[in-house]
Amino acid sequence: MNIPASDPKSVTGKPLPIDETVDVLVVGGGPAGLEAAIGAAARGLGVLLVDENPIPFTTMGDDVPLHFGQGMAANARNRNAMMEAFIASEPRIEEAFEAGVDVRLGTACWGLYANGPTLGWMPGLVAGLADAERSVLVQARHVILACGRRDMGLGFPGWEKPGVLGATAALNLATRYGAFGPRKVIVLGSNTEALVTAIALREAGVTIAAIVEQAPEPVGDEDLLASLRQGGTDILTGHVVREAVGRDAVEVAMVARLDENGRPTGDERAIACDGIVLSVGTTPVVDLLDAAGGKVSFQAERGGYAPVLDADQRTSLAHVHAVGDCAGIWPAKTRDRAIAEAEAARAVAALGQVATGNKSESPPAPAYDIGDYRLAWVRASVIEARAEFHVCQCEEVTAREILEVRPPRYLDWRDERRNDRSLSALLGEGPPNPDQVKRLTRAGMGPCQGRRCREQVAGLLALGAAQPLSAIPLAGYRAPVRPMPLAMTAHVPEAPGQAEHWDTWFGMHAQWVPFWEVPERYTVASNDATGPVASE
Amino acid sequence: MSEIKGASVVIVGGGVTGLSAGWWLARDGVDVLVLEKGLIGWEASGRNGGGCSHHHSPLFAEEQRLWPIMDELLGYPTEFRGERIRLAASEHQMALYGRALRNAERQGFQSAVLDVKQAKEMVPLAGDTVVGGYHYKFGGHANPHRTLQGYAWAMQDHGGRILQHTTVTGFRSEGGRVTAVETDRGPIGCDSLVLAAGPQTGRLSAMLGQEVPVQSARCEMIVTEPLPLMPLGGVDGCGLYGRQTLRGNLAYGGGPHEWLALAEEGTPAKPTTPLMLHMGKRLAELLPKAAHARIIRSWAGVIENTPDGRPVIDRLDAQANVVVATLSSVGFGLSPASGHAIRDLVLDGACSFADISSFKLSRFAELEPNWRELQGWQASAATAMLSA
Repeated sequence: MNIPASDPKSVTGKPLPIDETVDVLVVGGGPAGLEAAIGAAARGLGVLLVDENPIPFTTMGDDVPLHFGQGMAANARNRNAMMEAFIASEPRIEEAFEAGVDVRLGTACWGLYANGPTLGWMPGLVAGLADAERSVLVQARHVILACGRRDMGLGFPGWEKPGVLGATAALNLATRYGAFGPRKVIVLGSNTEALVTAIALREAGVTIAAIVEQAPEPVGDEDLLASLRQGGTDILTGHVVREAVGRDAVEVAMVARLDENGRPTGDERAIACDGIVLSVGTTPVVDLLDAAGGKVSFQAERGGYAPVLDADQRTSLAHVHAVGDCAGIWPAKTRDRAIAEAEAARAVAALGQVATGNKSESPPAPAYDIGDYRLAWVRASVIEARAEFHVCQCEEVTAREILEVRPPRYLDWRDERRNDRSLSALLGEGPPNPDQVKRLTRAGMGPCQGRRCREQVAGLLALGAAQPLSAIPLAGYRAPVRPMPLAMTAHVPEAPGQAEHWDTWFGMHAQWVPFWEVPERYTVASNDATGPVASE
Repeated sequence: MSEIKGASVVIVGGGVTGLSAGWWLARDGVDVLVLEKGLIGWEASGRNGGGCSHHHSPLFAEEQRLWPIMDELLGYPTEFRGERIRLAASEHQMALYGRALRNAERQGFQSAVLDVKQAKEMVPLAGDTVVGGYHYKFGGHANPHRTLQGYAWAMQDHGGRILQHTTVTGFRSEGGRVTAVETDRGPIGCDSLVLAAGPQTGRLSAMLGQEVPVQSARCEMIVTEPLPLMPLGGVDGCGLYGRQTLRGNLAYGGGPHEWLALAEEGTPAKPTTPLMLHMGKRLAELLPKAAHARIIRSWAGVIENTPDGRPVIDRLDAQANVVVATLSSVGFGLSPASGHAIRDLVLDGACSFADISSFKLSRFAELEPNWRELQGWQASAATAMLSA
């Protein structure tokens, strides 16, 4: 058979510049990632473990990868000190070094690539890694994702002020970096993740003035609540934050009681604090997996959108496992790292084994409906807000603009003829899609990559369309899942053949022949495939 | 299942071509219904660079006439901005890019040659890599998402309808005419049919007895965080096409594509690849003063091409009341004009404003059956296996 040459302008035959190849790449050096790396090394596999911590101060300032909300103390600028503190706060990092794991701290994984029905170019699993200086591509036989958790953002007037931050960011700053700025905080949310955060902050010397909960009763574990009460923390159920007040940063939180319909009343109090910790919805970090095309679905018992897994922590992508918080969060797991470590051990034992087809064991059913709970927060805090504020801080989009699908304000577009383009007019049938709304309003399109607003936008769309939160599709993640300066791309060379044949578009001569010169018939034999291309 | 009301003209495909055609028909009072398997503009129509400068096309003059008035015609913002610049980093590129001038000049459009100093003045983010460039005083760029939604809303304003999440499964015909479109939500009657289904156009036209030859490919783009606005946002070069958006982001694409074997139905996945790095490197070469800007997203689109890369806008011989349309990977910018041409073919049987004989399907009458292999357009083994 005559095997024809491939289109030189296509990716076929253009090797990717792979910097190194490893047996196992572990992304994330928390309890699950460390257990996975140490366990895989014990099996004799070559293991590369990357963790983006310590995060550079300026990156934290951009609320990447967590909502740090300028809650960093001044010592967070000292990178060497942060590196020492980070290593000292987790003894198993040292154990991993000793076990022969290639541990690289300060190294983020910004992309994961796997072949699928519409991608055949990859030589195998490929990951993009970046430290402060350069980006490289690494190929791995197996990838174990242990990317951790993040928090749903929740807006109110003044929530852009320094001192409003996510619980996971607060926890990391306080317990891993020793660099948490605020001294007196309130915590929003009474779920177990919120309460564990509050107690950890208290142990780090922070005063927990109050737990603020919109629900009529707390939703987290009773023993944690009791401990906080004993320590003098007010548990304010049926309340929301109306406003964060302060000149340059949070100084006071105005908190209001809700009526029986969940609407804020005039019964308000001012709580002096320099931090407001958002812990209304802790959720798995699924950015790399989703961007790579791995299956995720809304699983309330796993804290929201979480990977679809089998019993051995396999994701839908071949040779990619997810372990620890990024595989699902539930109260018992939050309180006991052994659960995450057991997931890692299962994943390591399954490396190189054929999938059994067994489904993962379902975590315990949540004690409350997390979808309804998060929507209640969005309704009470965002929709009932007494003044407009930016739900999407990067692109400065308000809740009303999202629900009315308004063009961005830089267009200054006022259409007098039609002013009724509501969400329902956009949708027709089917649930509202955050990506569609993003394209039109720009909500979630900014440099923080939707980290502060994506769950709130989903909540707004669910409320606007009278749908459950679980019906709203995940706003898609895209590589690079960490913003990357153009200058950092220079270190990965193009293959010579790729550079030689690079074209702006498909590089087809016939496509650009002016219409007055087009022949009447087209055949491959009569086509001048090497003719000039206007787009080259 | 309740019966879905048919329409005088049913358009299969809620991309930019189908929606523009729907808008053109609706504003003439035609009862029109657009069927879309997923969300409108979800494929290549919403993922392109937004360029509006296609001087090789018979639709060029109409494209240029319409873009400056599209906001007014639609009643919705498209973010159109006129004119483009192309920077050259070598004398070789300078010579290559000059071809556009001759094509445009022949059709009455002017350009200016820029020396280094002028090029740097007009493109503040340019740097020492530039040796010169061209200022095309035609064309421009628009925002694909906003334009697409503008077509949809404007069509609805004129009484047109859109059904999303509706998959076409077949066609009913009688006496050489299509009478209804079969969908997963039941049959939908029509007097005329427009097939503008992007990559699916090949498969669906084959069901009608006359296949439009197309092959699909994946292409990619990147976007940076916003930067201060340049006086003119449409700046190409260094093997890249793209634009600075009105928000200030640099949105650029270019480089190798991958030919794909698509599954029969449904919305294909659109994964990106590390090609992002190479696009980023070239963008930093094109606009060195933007090298500090961070890439915040990359994305991919699945696009169809005909064997010669030129559009098909034609009536089928096999079914007298069917118009097929594929713009062959260059559809967004031409959409104001392509919709007009489709409207003319549906209502009048011929295009009123341009000679579109080069878009006829009959040019492939002698096409080799194994044209994909002959052109090296076969899908990689991995995707063929996975999509099987």
